[in-house]
Amino acid sequence: MDIVLAIKEALESLSANKLRAGLTILGIVIGVAAVIAMLAIGTGAQNTILGSINSVGTNLLFVFQGNTQQDIRNEQPITMSDVNAMEDVLQAPHVQMVSPVVYGYVNATYGGETTRPELLGVTSNFEATANYGLSEGSFISDENVNGRASVALIGPDVAEKLFGRRDMITGETIRLEGQPFRVIGVLESKGGGSVGSQDNVIFVPLTTARVRLLDRERDHVDIVYIQAVDAESVTTASNEVAQILRTRHHTEIGLDDFTIYTQEDILSVAGTITSVLTIFLGGIAAISLLVGGIGIMNIMLVSVTERTKEIGLRKALGARKADILLQFLTESSLLSLFGGIIGIVFGWLISVAVGKIATASGTPFTPAVGLNAILLATLFSTAVGLFFGIYPANRAANLEPVEALRYE
Amino acid sequence: MAKKGNAIVAKDLTKVYQMGHVEVSALCGVSLEIKYGEVVSIMGPSGSGKSTLMNIIGCLDRPTSGEYYLDGMLVSDLSDDQLALIRNQKVGFVFQNFNLLARSSALVNVQLPMRYAGVREGMQERAAKSLEAVGLSDRMNHKPTELSGGQQQRVALARALINDPAILLADEPTGNLDSKSGEEIIELLLDLNKKNGTTLIIVTHDPKISARTQRIIRLYDGKVVKE
Repeated sequence: MDIVLAIKEALESLSANKLRAGLTILGIVIGVAAVIAMLAIGTGAQNTILGSINSVGTNLLFVFQGNTQQDIRNEQPITMSDVNAMEDVLQAPHVQMVSPVVYGYVNATYGGETTRPELLGVTSNFEATANYGLSEGSFISDENVNGRASVALIGPDVAEKLFGRRDMITGETIRLEGQPFRVIGVLESKGGGSVGSQDNVIFVPLTTARVRLLDRERDHVDIVYIQAVDAESVTTASNEVAQILRTRHHTEIGLDDFTIYTQEDILSVAGTITSVLTIFLGGIAAISLLVGGIGIMNIMLVSVTERTKEIGLRKALGARKADILLQFLTESSLLSLFGGIIGIVFGWLISVAVGKIATASGTPFTPAVGLNAILLATLFSTAVGLFFGIYPANRAANLEPVEALRYE
Repeated sequence: MAKKGNAIVAKDLTKVYQMGHVEVSALCGVSLEIKYGEVVSIMGPSGSGKSTLMNIIGCLDRPTSGEYYLDGMLVSDLSDDQLALIRNQKVGFVFQNFNLLARSSALVNVQLPMRYAGVREGMQERAAKSLEAVGLSDRMNHKPTELSGGQQQRVALARALINDPAILLADEPTGNLDSKSGEEIIELLLDLNKKNGTTLIIVTHDPKISARTQRIIRLYDGKVVKE
């Protein structure tokens, strides 16, 4: 018996019991829809997170004080003279630009409004290294830094909170920790990621922040943003910076009192976390697909028992084991195939809806239904149908014709 | 028309069933021969081994020992799939309770043996011809539930004949029919034998039917007692 006839017969026998077939298919629909939606949401989250990390700049290094892996005695802070050494072309030829930063949180007020954004004390280099753009005004200049000027750049979220708008703000005066600062510009939005909004920030000159707002010791720096000459020389630049700091801090071998992160490190960590998240979500969804498969097996077993006499008749008329096997496997595979197709559509609808809800609630992210997710779900659901169909079909194929015919 | 010689040769067939720890002998050395074109009835009380003999003759089951030749071929040692092929090609079954597929039309029911024979073309036409031969040309697209008992048995008969079998095996073919339709079926069977020389084996309780066959094989306690 060929496959076209087998499919036609399977359709006939499935449509003889529409409600039963429909409910069995529903089990697979839910499973496949869950897998598709979960994978789409996971992939969407991954894209959003990696995208927001990437928007900081691709050939960046970050240098912090301290060692996260080991306890270090006599940990030394990173100072402005360290920073100057890193800028030395002879010692660090692969470093393009160095941008020291101090950071903390301050109260910012304007009129009756108050907010507590992150404050970054920066130099003029920061605009280029951290890849920030301005929607109006100008960036903090070397003169601002040298003169400890009371000027500030504000992020769009801060502007929104204090002024209720994002433009025509340059020239206004806000108060940081009660001291007046003139707003010299507004930052372009970079979007928010899982690592916190990059829009809820205020930039002031490094010197001003250290002395008047954050009370850091002279010369100390919290983070150094370093831009390598290009993306390929990030590792080389990292080694050069590490060598400079080891020499200047007189560290013991293998006991650095500083930590260097590259953008790549952060990307790979975030990538790992989001992949695990996606696999976890997909795995949970796969369980419901498994339950759907058990539903198929259950209904096929009932069907085999109900049709014992029919199987006996077919065998009497010359059906071989393979014919009976094919007949029942076709039925179970069709059930799961239909479930798979409907499930893909449902899953896609669910992920679109989730995307809309997320956007409406202020976290713009787009669930991505990948071709691989669709292929995976189709393959997996058909495999489920085959796998859970084999046992009942085998049972049918191995019935003794005499006994099957006698069955009432 | 009918071939010369024996359609069926059975030598010393036995069949032993294992019922728990007890062995039950359903057949104890049955030997018989049935010629091509012959009309034979098999009679006997229930438990006499009629059904067992019937299943072995129809290649639905294998004897425990003994040799069984169907259409000149030794079939007692064949595999399951080979037996399926023999049933498909050489045996036509007519059952007491018709055994039609309820959700399929008469035409589709009659085509079923051809599907398993791997016939691809002309199935429709052959099935229609076969239904015509049993007088059902106006009921081809009806489902079994829309047919009377007698009509259902005719569909079964058309199905049994579709692959042009060497023997036609009818197990109580009139058992579920009223006397008038039963009579019609018997007429049809005997008529087929006369016209086409089909070898006919009827298992029955009814002496009126067996009286119309050329030979009666009586079974008692798994043995042939009288021919």
